Amino acid sequence: MSLDFFLGVFPQLIDGTWITILLVLVSGAIGNSLAIGVALSRVSKNPWLWVPSYTYIYLIRGTPLLVQMYFLYYGLGDVFAHEPAIRQSFFWPFLRNGFWYGVAALSLSTAGYTGEVLRGAIQAVPFGEVEAGRAFGMSHWLILRRVVLPRAIQICLPTLGGETILLLKSTALVSTITVEDMMWKANFIRVQTFRIYEPLLAAALVYIALTFILSRGFRMLERHLNKDRLQPIPAALPMVVDAR
Amino acid sequence: MRKHVLGAILLGAAVAIAGVAARADDVIKFGVAAEPYPPFSSKDASGKWVGFEIDLMDAVCAQMQAKCQLVETAWDGIIPALQEKKIDVIWSSMSITEERKQKIDFTDRYYKTPAIIIGPKSESINIDFSNPDSVKGKIIGVQTSTIHYNFVQKYFGSAATIKTYDTQDNCDADLVAGRLDLVMADSIALDDFMKSDQGKDFEKKATAPNDPILGEGVGGGVRKDDPELRAKLNAAIAAVRANGTYDTIAKKYFDFDIYGS
Repeated sequence: MSLDFFLGVFPQLIDGTWITILLVLVSGAIGNSLAIGVALSRVSKNPWLWVPSYTYIYLIRGTPLLVQMYFLYYGLGDVFAHEPAIRQSFFWPFLRNGFWYGVAALSLSTAGYTGEVLRGAIQAVPFGEVEAGRAFGMSHWLILRRVVLPRAIQICLPTLGGETILLLKSTALVSTITVEDMMWKANFIRVQTFRIYEPLLAAALVYIALTFILSRGFRMLERHLNKDRLQPIPAALPMVVDAR
Repeated sequence: MRKHVLGAILLGAAVAIAGVAARADDVIKFGVAAEPYPPFSSKDASGKWVGFEIDLMDAVCAQMQAKCQLVETAWDGIIPALQEKKIDVIWSSMSITEERKQKIDFTDRYYKTPAIIIGPKSESINIDFSNPDSVKGKIIGVQTSTIHYNFVQKYFGSAATIKTYDTQDNCDADLVAGRLDLVMADSIALDDFMKSDQGKDFEKKATAPNDPILGEGVGGGVRKDDPELRAKLNAAIAAVRANGTYDTIAKKYFDFDIYGS
């Protein structure tokens, strides 16, 4: 362990850290949007909707993310090897780049996990609130948009924060499909210099820092969205007693 | 009288020690990685070790007029095995590198494979090692933590995109998939790939020029406190090179000059 070497690792991790952050943001946005569709299909009474959704969640949660990522990257790679026409297409620059396979795998995984979390939250929305919406003459879609989804997201917000932190840590897997994220760079330094502890410890610290920022962000969001359900401030308790 | 007795005892002890030392020198233990590495060292169907390095080991031992014993050792524990004297020489395609030189000494090299660059037969490219722009915009694949990565970075890092892979197989797979334009690696590994069904559409585009970055080749590893053995091995390697034995063995396995330049 050398302190100078250790501190020297951090500047080298900057480029990769941006890739990691970008992966979380892009896959988080795509994955969580897809999750709404997955969750709504999952609670539907129509078997043409809930059976595929149920199967999807089952497959995504039942297989390792690394397998899914290899399936997409090397599996499709094998297809491209036999279909030269794809190489002339407009999409080829994207299909060539490991980053988009990482985004695809992470988004699909997030959609599965968050979809199931959101399904639970949708079913936990008090029925009285839906009924109130109906009493106002709201349409099915309006109730969904104004009542069910906002309430469900409020309910599962703490779990969503946890899922996002898991997503952050899952991004490390993209280093195996040629994406030069932070983990890739740390591994690269490790194998080029034969120093093991310094690069891995530095990467661990950057992940912890990113996790801290994420959990803080979600706490602020929770404060903002769940004002009505915040724990009372202990100092306020005697005042309630006095008011009696 | 007492003096004579003591002298006789000392003389006897000295003879005994010399005898032990001579016997220990008799058998030189050559450590070979247990993992097969054809065509250099691997086991045939009957469990016998065969390959270029095995034949060369026999030739070097015959030259030294020493008894040699082949000891199978796991590759990742081969340097500790040398230091613990379980083996006396590492004879297992170990590249001579600065990092390893800090722990062990090396004999002179006994082979050096050229590094080559391959690409699709359908695309013609003229790779000029003095002009990075000759591969401008190309994506080159290499295995991580290899001399080839350092080489590509130095020569083409400014103009081409370099992608690294944990294994050579994954790198080859992306070349077949069209995600890579070129791949650089050891000629032995790539020759095997180009002979395979997957690799039949690819051909050699260039051979890397001599550069210290590509290492000094492969040598035998010996303990730092064992300079005598190192000198003996060096003399034997030089002798088999000079008397043609080396070339005879090399022709059995390779159609190019495996000693390198």
